[in-house]
Amino acid sequence: MADVAMTMTPVRRAPLDGLAGDPRARWAVPMARFSLRLPEAAIGAASASLGLDLAGPINNVAEREGCAILRLGPDEWLVLANDADSAAIAAALDRGMPDRRFSLVDIGHRQTGIVLDGADAADMLSAGCPLDLDLAAFPVGMATRTIFAKAEIVLWRTAPTRFHIEVWGSFAPYVWALLKEIGREYPVMENTP
Amino acid sequence: MLLITCPFCGQRPEIEFAYGGEAHIARAADPRATSDEAWTEYLYVRGNARGLHAERWRHIRGCGRFFNALRDTVTDHFVATYKMGEARPDRTEGKQP
Repeated sequence: MADVAMTMTPVRRAPLDGLAGDPRARWAVPMARFSLRLPEAAIGAASASLGLDLAGPINNVAEREGCAILRLGPDEWLVLANDADSAAIAAALDRGMPDRRFSLVDIGHRQTGIVLDGADAADMLSAGCPLDLDLAAFPVGMATRTIFAKAEIVLWRTAPTRFHIEVWGSFAPYVWALLKEIGREYPVMENTP
Repeated sequence: MLLITCPFCGQRPEIEFAYGGEAHIARAADPRATSDEAWTEYLYVRGNARGLHAERWRHIRGCGRFFNALRDTVTDHFVATYKMGEARPDRTEGKQP
């Protein structure tokens, strides 16, 4: 455990503090973020350690209460978890995989989350994202790295009209402001739940 | 928008990808034993094919993986994409888009 434990508390910046945004966009609650890389042979052991199936299709999400693991590529996962659980995740992998055939990097200080929630969420994102965001092509539970205008993002559909956007801290104000700008085309409905 | 089929992620828009040069160019196992001519060939000389061209692409704004593609350089049509390490598909003709 000693050599995988965090040696310092990562600095959490607040890139969106005080910036006006679109009413449908909100800053995601602070959470632990890890980049997990491991070879195919180690997927089973890692799944057992974390209690989530990592072997699912690429660009899909495995989820349980307080923890979501987004498969971004054949050997790359993005772990989003409750802030309080970050040490537990590292410890679980360390315990369950004694051969250490994985890399777990804390990227909590690097990126931040934006939640876009509204009937027009997919249309708003389509203003900057080249993917087909139709519910049939990009269903709930799909997540992928892609681009939004000039920023690289990780896009995860958490509900038919709700998206979670992961973006690097330095790009967050840009994405935030662009969503506000795009939002002017889509009036906020007062009666939407 | 041109769609490119990533072997891992499926069809994705072109702007998520980066070009990586001609494919299947192997670095000499022992560069010190390689003649200057052969090393120059490896470093600088490319086929510049008109028609079918095997080339490397990277899905940099997606899964991040490199893969190989067969593309017709005249029509910009992607005939096939395949994973790194796999043999070049047996195609001799590109297709008009």
